[in-house]
Amino acid sequence: MNKNLIIIGAGTAGTMMANKLHHELRNEPWHITLIDRDNTHYYQPGFLFIPFGIYKPEDVVRPRTDFIPEGVRFVMDEVQTIDGEQNLVRLQSGDVLTYDMLIIATGVEIAPLETPGLKGELWYKDIFDFYTYDGAVRLAEKLQNWEGGTLVINLAETQIKCPVAPLEFAFLSDAYFTEKGMRDKVKIKYVTPLSGAFTKPKATEMLNKLMDEKHIEVVPDFYLSNVDTQKKAIVSYDGKEVPFDLLITIPVNKGDGVIERSGLGDEDGLNFVPTDKFNLQSKKFKNVFVIGDTTNLPASKAGSVAHFEAEVLTENVLSFIHGRELTATFDGHANCFIETGFGKATLIDFNYTTEPLPGKFPLPVVGPMDLLKPTLTNHMGKLAFRWVYWHMLLTGKHLPVPTHMSMAGKIQDKKIEPVTEHA
Amino acid sequence: MLNPIYMETVVKQLPVNAEGYLLDATLWTPEWANEVARSYGITLTDKHFDVLNWLRKKQAEGVALTIRKVGASGIVDIKQFYELFPGGPLKVSSKIAGIPKPVSCI
Ligand SMILES: Cc1cc2nc3c(=O)[nH]c(=O)nc-3n(C[C@H](O)[C@H](O)[C@H](O)COP(=O)(O)OP(=O)(O)OC[C@H]3O[C@@H](n4cnc5c(N)ncnc54)[C@H](O)[C@@H]3O)c2cc1C
Repeated sequence: MNKNLIIIGAGTAGTMMANKLHHELRNEPWHITLIDRDNTHYYQPGFLFIPFGIYKPEDVVRPRTDFIPEGVRFVMDEVQTIDGEQNLVRLQSGDVLTYDMLIIATGVEIAPLETPGLKGELWYKDIFDFYTYDGAVRLAEKLQNWEGGTLVINLAETQIKCPVAPLEFAFLSDAYFTEKGMRDKVKIKYVTPLSGAFTKPKATEMLNKLMDEKHIEVVPDFYLSNVDTQKKAIVSYDGKEVPFDLLITIPVNKGDGVIERSGLGDEDGLNFVPTDKFNLQSKKFKNVFVIGDTTNLPASKAGSVAHFEAEVLTENVLSFIHGRELTATFDGHANCFIETGFGKATLIDFNYTTEPLPGKFPLPVVGPMDLLKPTLTNHMGKLAFRWVYWHMLLTGKHLPVPTHMSMAGKIQDKKIEPVTEHA
Repeated sequence: MLNPIYMETVVKQLPVNAEGYLLDATLWTPEWANEVARSYGITLTDKHFDVLNWLRKKQAEGVALTIRKVGASGIVDIKQFYELFPGGPLKVSSKIAGIPKPVSCI
């Protein structure tokens, strides 16, 4: 008897799972169906570079079908609801598909309408996001002709995808305006709901100085309530105001509406799906698994995390199919490059229990990458990631990075000198 | 700001990290909470304790806490949360609740 496995979302995580499972299940009686609403795959990490003209818009777009293996059925439709009791999904076209096993990989998107005044008369005039293709492209046009003023970068929430991207945006802005010879005309403010730009002890110790060196003013503990469009200021819940000439917003990030419509979301209304943080099974239905940004795991929402999760989930899907215990566990591993401007980047590697530490990566002593330190090699690594993403990651090829975080190369206790950009 | 005298007595009572956050949430007591709250000029009421207990419960369940989640808890809305714990409400309430500081990945 043939069985059906449905994957919803052909983004980073869903495409990886389709490729891995297609390979693993080649001799099993399982049919794989992958569903997405359109056929455009964006390389989202590239959105960061578009506003500064480092990437062209066309560098980050490919058809999804380029990465979907033959033998996996691709259905281009929008999932309206998931019925976990009946094991079926209802599509916008009216079609109904039944499954024996379901993988939810629907990601998260910005939700600017959550904040009054944000997506109003100033949207794409003086307020921009760079978390969408449109936002990044429109912002590139804006920056080209902008004459300067106060540039405010604001995170509306703490649980956003790629939590380091706003910081990278700040660093790249500093470099961009410096290279344009107009840095003195631009005041950069980084406004965050957290206690600072950095919150983990070692990262703070190593990197906090960068903010001063780059003359980026940090406004901490600012939880966005609304935008005062008359005054052109962002307003916090406790009435603080930060005026802007140009606002770069990272709006609240939400999971897709299908999660809400299907009653599968977390209690805070952000449509993140309650998921076992180790084996990635949905907390509600045993034959439903969740991967990528849409989980409610206390891990970063990042492509690298989705990649490590995919390794674990592939094993657990195979165990589930064969009626075995789910023994593969995800440790919260994330590995992220952080652009610091002027052709350098730093790198962090951490998991649920270990904070980002300094040292070498992936090998002790020889690296070649340096953790928590801006270097040229790290920057090359970040740029090379686009090639790796299109050619290896999405198609499920093995990458030379361990699934579980390794302590090899990391320096735990030794007192280290804080880095400065020019060291 | 933390009053150094309170800080000292608090630190003496239970092991905390460099920023005054309790290292082991299970050691928490309401008396300890009262003392930490006083260092912020806060006198704890039943409403405060409702929030603190909710935070402790969610933390034990492994939930990543946010201001928004507290606002959706049914106990307080975001404005009331700010009134109870002025400044950085989640940061302050987490410390008083004896759970780790809310952090980002870096
Ligand atoms: C500016 C920016 C910079 C970033 N930089 C980095 C970085 O440097 N490193 C890194 O590791 N990560 C980075 N990321 C994060 C990374 O892109 C995401 O974490 C990753 O893409 C998550 O994969 P996903 O599969 O969970 O979601 P996505 O890739 O977003 O895919 C979700 C898919 O589900 C589909 N979908 C949703 N709902 C439905 C529905 N109802 N019906 C049909 N289809 C549906 C969507 O169309 C979408 O294709 C960055 C992100 C941004 C925005």
